[in-house]
Amino acid sequence: MPMVDIDWLKEHVETPADLTVEQLSQDLVKVGLETETIHRSSVSGPLVVGKIIDHTPEPQKNGKTINWCHIDVGDKYNDTDAQGKKVPRGIICGAPNVRTGMLAVVALPGAELPGGFKISVRKTYGHVSEGMCCSEAEIGLSDAHSGIIDLEKQGFSAEEVQEIKPGDDAIHLLHMDVPILEINITPDRGYAFSYRGVAREYHHSTGEPYTDPVLSLNRRVPEVKPGHMGDVPAAIEDNNPIHGKIGCDHYYLRVVRGFDPSASTPNWMRRRLVRAGVRPHSLAVDVTNYVMLDLGQPMHAYDLDKVAPPIIVRRAAEGEKMTTLDGVERTLSHEDLVISDSPDGKRGSRILGLAGDMGGQYGEITADTKNILIETAHFDPVTIARTARRHKLPTEASHRFERGTDTQMQAAAAQDAIEYLTRYGQGTASDNPTNIDTTTAPKAITFKTDWVKRLANLDCTPDQIASILTDIGCDVAGGGNGSFSVTPPTWRPDLNIPADLVEEVARIIGYDKIPVEIPKAPVKNTGLTLNQKRGRRVTDTLAQSGLVETISYPFVGQADFDAFRIDPSAISSELVEITNPLAGDRPYMRTHVLYTLALTAQRNIRRGMENVQIYEIGHSFKARPNAPVIPALPGAKKPTDEQLKVLEEGLPDQPLQAAGLLTGNAVNPGWYKDSRPIDWSDAIAHVNRIAGVLGAHLTVTALDDAKNLPSDFVSASWHPGRTAIFSAADGTYVGVAGELHPQVNKNLGFPEHSAAFEIDLTALFATLDTKPLKAKILSTFPPVREDLAFTVDESVTAAQLVAAIQEGAGSDLESVHLFDVYRGADLGDGKKSLAFSVVYRSAAKTLRASDAKQIRSRVVASAAKLGAVLRV
Amino acid sequence: MHGCLRSDETVGSRAQERKVEVVADQGFDKDALTKTIHEGIDAVNQARNSKELQAARTTYVGRDSMIAHVQHSLGSLPIDQRKQAGQLLGQLRAEFGRAYGAKNEQVKAAEEERRLRDEKVDVTLPVDRHPLGARHPLSALMEDIQDFFVSMGWTISEGPEIDSEWYDFDALNFGPDHPARQMQDTFYVKGDQAKDAAGFVGSNMVLRTQTSSDQVRGLIQRGVPLYMACTGKVFRTDELDATHTPVFHQCEALAVDKGLTMSDLKGTLDALAVAMFGPEAHTRLRPSYFPFTEPSAEMDLWFPDKKGGAGWIEWGGCGMVHPNVLRSAGLDPDEYTGFAFGVGVERALLLRHDINDMHDLVEGDVRFSKQFAMGE
Repeated sequence: MPMVDIDWLKEHVETPADLTVEQLSQDLVKVGLETETIHRSSVSGPLVVGKIIDHTPEPQKNGKTINWCHIDVGDKYNDTDAQGKKVPRGIICGAPNVRTGMLAVVALPGAELPGGFKISVRKTYGHVSEGMCCSEAEIGLSDAHSGIIDLEKQGFSAEEVQEIKPGDDAIHLLHMDVPILEINITPDRGYAFSYRGVAREYHHSTGEPYTDPVLSLNRRVPEVKPGHMGDVPAAIEDNNPIHGKIGCDHYYLRVVRGFDPSASTPNWMRRRLVRAGVRPHSLAVDVTNYVMLDLGQPMHAYDLDKVAPPIIVRRAAEGEKMTTLDGVERTLSHEDLVISDSPDGKRGSRILGLAGDMGGQYGEITADTKNILIETAHFDPVTIARTARRHKLPTEASHRFERGTDTQMQAAAAQDAIEYLTRYGQGTASDNPTNIDTTTAPKAITFKTDWVKRLANLDCTPDQIASILTDIGCDVAGGGNGSFSVTPPTWRPDLNIPADLVEEVARIIGYDKIPVEIPKAPVKNTGLTLNQKRGRRVTDTLAQSGLVETISYPFVGQADFDAFRIDPSAISSELVEITNPLAGDRPYMRTHVLYTLALTAQRNIRRGMENVQIYEIGHSFKARPNAPVIPALPGAKKPTDEQLKVLEEGLPDQPLQAAGLLTGNAVNPGWYKDSRPIDWSDAIAHVNRIAGVLGAHLTVTALDDAKNLPSDFVSASWHPGRTAIFSAADGTYVGVAGELHPQVNKNLGFPEHSAAFEIDLTALFATLDTKPLKAKILSTFPPVREDLAFTVDESVTAAQLVAAIQEGAGSDLESVHLFDVYRGADLGDGKKSLAFSVVYRSAAKTLRASDAKQIRSRVVASAAKLGAVLRV
Repeated sequence: MHGCLRSDETVGSRAQERKVEVVADQGFDKDALTKTIHEGIDAVNQARNSKELQAARTTYVGRDSMIAHVQHSLGSLPIDQRKQAGQLLGQLRAEFGRAYGAKNEQVKAAEEERRLRDEKVDVTLPVDRHPLGARHPLSALMEDIQDFFVSMGWTISEGPEIDSEWYDFDALNFGPDHPARQMQDTFYVKGDQAKDAAGFVGSNMVLRTQTSSDQVRGLIQRGVPLYMACTGKVFRTDELDATHTPVFHQCEALAVDKGLTMSDLKGTLDALAVAMFGPEAHTRLRPSYFPFTEPSAEMDLWFPDKKGGAGWIEWGGCGMVHPNVLRSAGLDPDEYTGFAFGVGVERALLLRHDINDMHDLVEGDVRFSKQFAMGE
């Protein structure tokens, strides 16, 4: 983002003599130009100029060659020999670009470089090194670290280099002692991507007098009519406008002849460019960059002698190739706009550049260029944005064009460039420009002044409003009926509707002047929804039951499929894949929360945590087979009901799940001596508890008996004999709990018998009553208790037997509780005994022994259907 | 009277103890009985525990004691003596009973005291058989934020994490070629069936880049007036570092009604700031740009506990709902106005708890969450 140098800003706006960069930052923030950072050198001296007197290459065992240098750092810092004579310092330098006579930047002992790196005398490579030659990166000037700084290549003129002496303060020389402000420009304020725009905003913030540089430049521009063909004829031939907009609606060319290619850029300009982060090049290129930074108009300079007119601005043919300045060959799209010329009379046959983005390798300014063609244009923002996106080639020019540039600054910007070129590089400017201008004037906005009150709640008079809008460059007319006709300036394509103008008025008056009120919401909401409350109960219950809540990224990949023994081809039609994943090995959205929860558990275990018992509540994602294709619809228009339906149905299924992972001990070893490791029962207990807090009545089925598994359920992840499937009363699958498959536990590095559960909360909640529970009448007749033990085959489950007891006992059964499971030789092979404590209680009378006996015989008969025999 | 009688009858009773039993049918030796009972009272008083106390009771007033025998044979006495003897027996039993009662209380108390002393345990032994788990502070904070809005009478929505580009962008006035659409660093869902407005082939679905994606859905499905906050996960293609994470959480607030202005926006923001950061907190607005608001603002939070002294901290974006967003929901911008803002939950959490590194929030290290227990 753009740099703001106070020194440069003063070209267009007055500033207090003592303006600090901090104050400037605050002034600009007030009107909406955010501070990115204040760049301030963190280098403290001595950092001085050193002249390399000699250097001795010394190859090292590791294959590297280091140089033992003697460097003159000025008498103040040089060494003193035995005779009291000043001699250069000995310094070790590993950079490849060391040469004798080079002017380097030397950090001497006592200096501190960015990152708190302190320089001291040190023994290294068999020498005593008394300082360090610095690269740009080492002193925080840039990221360049390929060699040490060569001051002759830092943009100083030959005369200036002559003036640089060993021992000079390099901090001052490199302007590292002047801080610079970097600001952020929001996408609507393209015009602030320039000193012209920032200065105007500074004026709005402070009221300091501002002079628009374009006004005076326009006075010096040679006047030609739109459509005038000058020295170099051109044409715009757009056969593929995007959204019906021509790719270039203003194209302007000026010529300078007799330019001195050896002329150098003045140091002030070079310094400003360097501080703005732009590498100095040659005068012609530097001037185009400078004018772009100053006025916000990107421009291009061609070698006039290489260009074969006419110049044609056209769309590329699909698949047409060109090589951009960066040496990359690019295959173009029919949407890319190009600048081409017409060699051998073939109109538009040779591409000179990718319009608004980057020039090509042919036609560029070189060290021999004497005649220069300056191009300034206004390109369609969408065209340029798409080209920059398509070729992944964002440039200073594309940044400006895609935000929208001034449609009427082309002549002034070219004039500015030409004045610099002729002033510093001799040559003569031609007064015969080419000017193709099909732009239309900005549309007037009908602005009811009460909109300022309606949106911003600011009380201001129509006069105040008119004066603010005039100051930002608008043309304000009318005023009768409380309504103005406001025409925005050509550099503000973002001003289109009344609300835009309200923002302008409000920000110039100051958002802090808007009074504070608290809105009263109508009483129609009833707080959290039932399901939101249920979600909270689930999460609180799990945390209270000893599990720690975690949150993981929902991305999975092959490694996770492998760990959970998933065959991706079996679920591929349901996988949601990300086009541009951050981690290429995890390009899919999780189909189960458990998969990413496992990674969290793994991380904890690797960090040495024991008894990792964690849960996560989050969404999983499952593409719907035959989901409708989601259409591209325009904004600012409500879709039809049919379209709205597709917008929902085209989305993947995104159920909310609660997953838990249990490793280590269920009860820790302790003085009470009842410790035990986690097993399948702990996982099931958690699900039961959740069902309990929700008032859900779930049935449990063994994994191999379950008939309602969803399509994305992976049985291979679970222990085949220690996994329970939970179903709602209507048979809907709502969850699973049990031990992970031993191989899964091994794959993930979990202890044996580690267990897990996963509840599909969306499905579960949908099965729950939304009406308040109807309470039962409590019987006050006395209970009858008895214990019943049945011998059954191993294949009969506890749940089956309980159901049989309930069925047999009927309505007088109050409760049944299994209290023992016994296996022994006395029962025989393949048999077990299940013992229950049952309570009978009638709602109508006191049960007598004979009643109890009757109930028991019904129970026994019912159990007998399962082959169960009452033990007596 | 009792005292007189006792002193008279005490004389010689010990010597005639046995005789009392044998001569019972001809009357009995009152002195001997009295003496024996008094001996019993001594024995009661000397008992060291309930066992000795019980023994004394059995010996002196039990079924086999002298007084029991006397009682048993009272019937053989002549009428005139019977009454007198009955009175004496009653007196003696009462005397013994009082002594026994007093001693019994004393012994029981002593015994209970001993038992309690014996039952003493080390109460500092760890008893955490079933330790508490913990909530993740991010989810807990989101609930706090939801509760704030509920307390203002707002409703809470969630919205899908994978959403159509229409709800995430187009409906919010991000045109197909809006520079902001690229600015957002969007995760796109892969697809080869759909074409976007610019002709790029894909799915027209994204991992939502902002909880604002639920604004227009809320307006369409719930209608106006609408006061709705949407909390949840959002996604952007930022690499994880100390201050960024590709998956994070936002809270979006949207109010659309007749007559809402930026004043209502400021009031709601200030109230939220106070709810989150205490009574000194407040907010300020700076002009900014978002496609779905106009006017737009960045919101700064005055944070009294900022490191290195109280100061402003960037907290989120806000503004008045853009007319095109209202139109996307079929509403007339000349009739309705609204405001919206979005705040980052991670940022609020980092600030509130002085957390320096985003890694702590996303790695799921149980030690991190356990600090917060059930939510701070």
